[in-house]
Amino acid sequence: MKLLKVALNSFLDSLRDLLPIILVIGFFQLAVLQQPIPNFDEILLGVLFVAIGLTLFVQGLNMGLFPIGETMAYAFASKGSLTWLLLFAFALGFGTTVAEPALIAVASEAATVAALGNMIENSEASKVSYAFGLRITVAISVGFAIVIGVFRIIKGWPIQYLIIGGYIGVVIMTIFAPKEIIGIAYDSGGVTTSTITVPLVTALGVGLASSIKGRNPMIDGFGLIAFASLTPMIFVMAYGMVV
Amino acid sequence: MQILVDLFFTIATTIWDVLPIAIIIFGFQLLVLRKPIPNLRKIIGGFILVLLGLGFFLEGLEAALFPLGKLMAQQLTDPAFIAADNVGGIIEWWDYKWVYLFAFAIGFSTTIAEPSLLAVAIKANQVSAGSIGIWGLRIAVAIGVAIGIALGVYRIVTGTPLYWYIITGYVFVVIQTLYAPRLIIALAYDSGGVTTSTVTVPLVAALGLGLSSTVPGRNPLLDGFGLIAFASLFPIMSVMAYAQLSEWQAKRSKQPPE
Repeated sequence: MKLLKVALNSFLDSLRDLLPIILVIGFFQLAVLQQPIPNFDEILLGVLFVAIGLTLFVQGLNMGLFPIGETMAYAFASKGSLTWLLLFAFALGFGTTVAEPALIAVASEAATVAALGNMIENSEASKVSYAFGLRITVAISVGFAIVIGVFRIIKGWPIQYLIIGGYIGVVIMTIFAPKEIIGIAYDSGGVTTSTITVPLVTALGVGLASSIKGRNPMIDGFGLIAFASLTPMIFVMAYGMVV
Repeated sequence: MQILVDLFFTIATTIWDVLPIAIIIFGFQLLVLRKPIPNLRKIIGGFILVLLGLGFFLEGLEAALFPLGKLMAQQLTDPAFIAADNVGGIIEWWDYKWVYLFAFAIGFSTTIAEPSLLAVAIKANQVSAGSIGIWGLRIAVAIGVAIGIALGVYRIVTGTPLYWYIITGYVFVVIQTLYAPRLIIALAYDSGGVTTSTVTVPLVAALGLGLSSTVPGRNPLLDGFGLIAFASLFPIMSVMAYAQLSEWQAKRSKQPPE
């Protein structure tokens, strides 16, 4: 009975999270565009699915993703091997990004832009290879970002110096990169971090910071995602200059 | 029951997407760490729930919200709708007022529903022992995304270069960093990256594409990009502003009344 009550409560929470979208879409459809809502029952079913999905996701987060991220952080900290930890950090960043659907979509759009801008030959084969190269570039850059981020947690460096250094890198690259690539490069920072990567990487960072003496999980544990959304911008602009 | 078939395929795709992560985690666990995972069955149960949850979530979005949201983005940016109240025929930037409002509202509301932001907010709440509220953080981020996307839409309408805005934004972030409470800085930087994923990106991309293909003189391939960049930059500022405001409020309430 208690379990059912908890489940119902978290389902209601999820519905409340969705309420703003429903209100916004309803208002624009009925009041601004002044059109009826099409396929009403299908939409209702869809909203139900989204709410069920969000409920299950949050449960799974606390049961699976958070604990495994933290367990591994503690295990690496007690093992004491920096090389393996950094290798794991790279693999996690690279592996979660290379198959990211949003990145695949952005990479193929970028190839179309490059072909139109005469940066590459306008043929299917060269576009595919351009898009593939871009995906690998972004995945390497995210792997690299998690490595730097983990290294920073271990050393306890203040995050702002590294991030501001990254911003300066972005600005310098913007001056030299072909202008067609800039929009895609800036966007690629935001699309790389997926819904499963974020909780996992956050738990890893917080777990590391709380298992190393003298680190504050709040000050040092967060920040891995920030690196993962900064380095792709620099790497994609570099890719645009080289290819 | 087409939707159930679609649901099945969405879950299968999600499993495929998660496979590399699972291989890395379990590979390192078995080959490098070589320690048994405590509560292994619970953790696997959690992974299954996450997969099922994302499957339902994505399928529901595809079935209900995305088609309507994308259609709406198209209709709102349609020149016939924009120029409806405009007798003169020359479209000014202000004629896009409904688009700005839509951008703001959709940015705010999709961010509230974003699962990865919820995950970070839950973690931040745990780590800060409750001093960072789950809702406070989510609303601060959502306001940042809303302002960012509305400004990004204004940029597409006026056709000004993207990097002016982004570089100015960086300058603001740097200045704010000097004055923000130390505890919030890393979290604020993180909140830039977590906001834009499953829910926000498809709707915002549709808005950018719709606008850049209908505003005269814009090229969808060049000007359609950039909204995500705005949506990842502005939450950094709004989260730091939220922390500064709460700090200021706490200070003021501590002072004895004169």
